[in-house]
Amino acid sequence: MGSNSLHVLKGIDFSVEEGELVAIMGSSGSGKSTLLNILGMLDELDEGTYDLDGVPIKDLNETKAANYRNKFLGFVFQSFNLINYKSAMENVALPLYYQRVGRKERQEKALKYLEQVGLKEWAGHLPSELSGGQKQRVAIARALAAEPKVLLADEPTGALDSKTSYEVMDLIQKINDAGNTILIVTHEPDIADMCKRIVHLKDGVILEDKKVNQVRAAQYV
Amino acid sequence: MFSRDNWKEIFETIQKNKLRTFLTGFSVALGIFIFVTLFGMGNGLNNTFMKFFGSDATNIFRIYPSQTTLPYGGYKAKRRIEFYNEDVEEIVKEFGPLIQYISPRISRGASVSYKNKSDNYGTEGVGPSMQFAEKTIMMKGRYLNANDIRDRTKFAVIGRMVEKDIFEGTDALGEYIDISGSAFKVIGVFQDDGGDNEERTIFIPYTTRQLIEGNNNKLDQIVLGFNQAIGYNGAMKFDKKLNAFLRNKKTINPDDPRGVRIQNVAENLKENQQVASVLKIIISGIAFAVIISGVLGISNIMVFVIKERTKEIGIRKALGATPKMITGTILLESVFITTIFGFVGLILGIVVLNFINGKSLEEDYFITNPEINSGTAIFVTILLIVCGALAAFIPARKAARIKPIVALRDE
Ligand SMILES: Nc1ncnc2c1ncn2[C@@H]1O[C@H](COP(=O)(O)OP(=O)(O)OP(=O)(O)O)[C@@H](O)[C@H]1O
Ligand SMILES: [Mg+2]
Repeated sequence: MGSNSLHVLKGIDFSVEEGELVAIMGSSGSGKSTLLNILGMLDELDEGTYDLDGVPIKDLNETKAANYRNKFLGFVFQSFNLINYKSAMENVALPLYYQRVGRKERQEKALKYLEQVGLKEWAGHLPSELSGGQKQRVAIARALAAEPKVLLADEPTGALDSKTSYEVMDLIQKINDAGNTILIVTHEPDIADMCKRIVHLKDGVILEDKKVNQVRAAQYV
Repeated sequence: MFSRDNWKEIFETIQKNKLRTFLTGFSVALGIFIFVTLFGMGNGLNNTFMKFFGSDATNIFRIYPSQTTLPYGGYKAKRRIEFYNEDVEEIVKEFGPLIQYISPRISRGASVSYKNKSDNYGTEGVGPSMQFAEKTIMMKGRYLNANDIRDRTKFAVIGRMVEKDIFEGTDALGEYIDISGSAFKVIGVFQDDGGDNEERTIFIPYTTRQLIEGNNNKLDQIVLGFNQAIGYNGAMKFDKKLNAFLRNKKTINPDDPRGVRIQNVAENLKENQQVASVLKIIISGIAFAVIISGVLGISNIMVFVIKERTKEIGIRKALGATPKMITGTILLESVFITTIFGFVGLILGIVVLNFINGKSLEEDYFITNPEINSGTAIFVTILLIVCGALAAFIPARKAARIKPIVALRDE
């Protein structure tokens, strides 16, 4: 991995305040996922600094990093990353297991969030028995279940039809209303318009960073 | 780490990955099973060996006459040497204090019948002392005594199997059997640790045998029990002196490889013990190799299993699992599986050893009481569990340390 390094991000300088809802846009390969992975502490930066909640994130010990990932950050992957031998509910409950939440409470919470993404009846199904959109919604429910301060979502509506997309965005807006900070990678302008700020990336640099008037998703639901 | 919740998570993982669990468990169970059965069989082989060579007394010389091969003292080669009754007396006169007991022996096959049942058995014309040499155990009645020898009685002491075969369960004591045309009274029934074949023998006074064969005084063999106080070295010296004495008496070339032969059980015993210990070393070596290959097999499967789980480990890390939690869970999982299946293999092995234990195994394959002592079995099982845990721990720790993004990329 380290043998031939590739410069993906070339001088990203931006900060996100608590309570913001940011859309990251840009063409394929522009480095959106890479940025989000670094922000989500799944990847490490080679140069520069990243401060999370006032703490510089660099060479953190594993236990501390795990603690941040668990309590602070929620991640929705572009490719879902569900555990294939666990049911939808068990997948959603997993971050709570690492938060040492009791079994019963875990299941109740998992069901609650599955209901919010409209998949309560699918709680007992394995990922292989779900459609792409359903998997994505399970992944969203899993990220939400941990009730993270910062939610990072890599194309959360990429596999959804517009109606379900708006439902998911409605959910995301509500969580944001509750004070959580959210960053979303998206290709769709109408999804970006539902955020409060849009950052455009191109070839690893910020092309544009603007505040927008948020369109509420509730009206389309 | 050992909370109920943790165990539940582990059971779930085990339950939902049945094939993986089975593969790991199977290799552990098989390893232990092969070890236990192999080791048990090896011990059984050793038991047979010890029994075969250990059932007769160990302080014995068997003295045989045979044809000479060299001319000596005016005699030509190829002279047949014979032993007579007075030879026994002269040996006693010469070596008295060294001798614990001595008995002539005349072996003849004979057709033996009782009522309308008959069969062929080996008869042994012997003296009373033969009971000590053969370690014959009387079940009922008595053995031959000095009066029987003096009076040339037609008395017979028969083996347990002879009674079983031709008396078909009825009491043989006091009955008359026909041995090659002469009627003998059964005065005793014996058993012998040496197995069924030794229990298919009939002992009669050697003087009676000589009477039947034309009132001669020839002997086939002389069996001598030396005084055990003289020790191994004393026995070797006695062996030499006795040999020289007999060669002098019978005028046999001292360098003749034949003429007279003394089979010294003390010497055999030493050789047998060496063979037995070599046998033990070979068995231990094979068993050790089985364990090593078992450990390698488990390690292989563990590496494979964890490789397969790299992505899952990445997901778990992204959701906030610490490397410690991940390695801990995988470790517990593998210890749990290896323990359960290890003991399954152990129990199966012991069951099989007990099941195959029997007469036919003993007679056809020379395996007596295949067994494994519980200490060895449990030690090896624990060894395999520890190795399994280690084999899981090393790759698991490696996987738990890589960056989540790298683990997630794994397909
Ligand atoms: N594992 C990797 N090894 C080497 N290069 C990589 C790797 N992953 C991504 N890249 C490169 O980094 C660049 C940015 O990739 P990234 O996944 O961040 O793009 P993206 O903006 O998320 O694109 P998309 O919209 O298609 O998801 C790409 O040029 C890609 O070739
Ligand atoms: Mg991407």
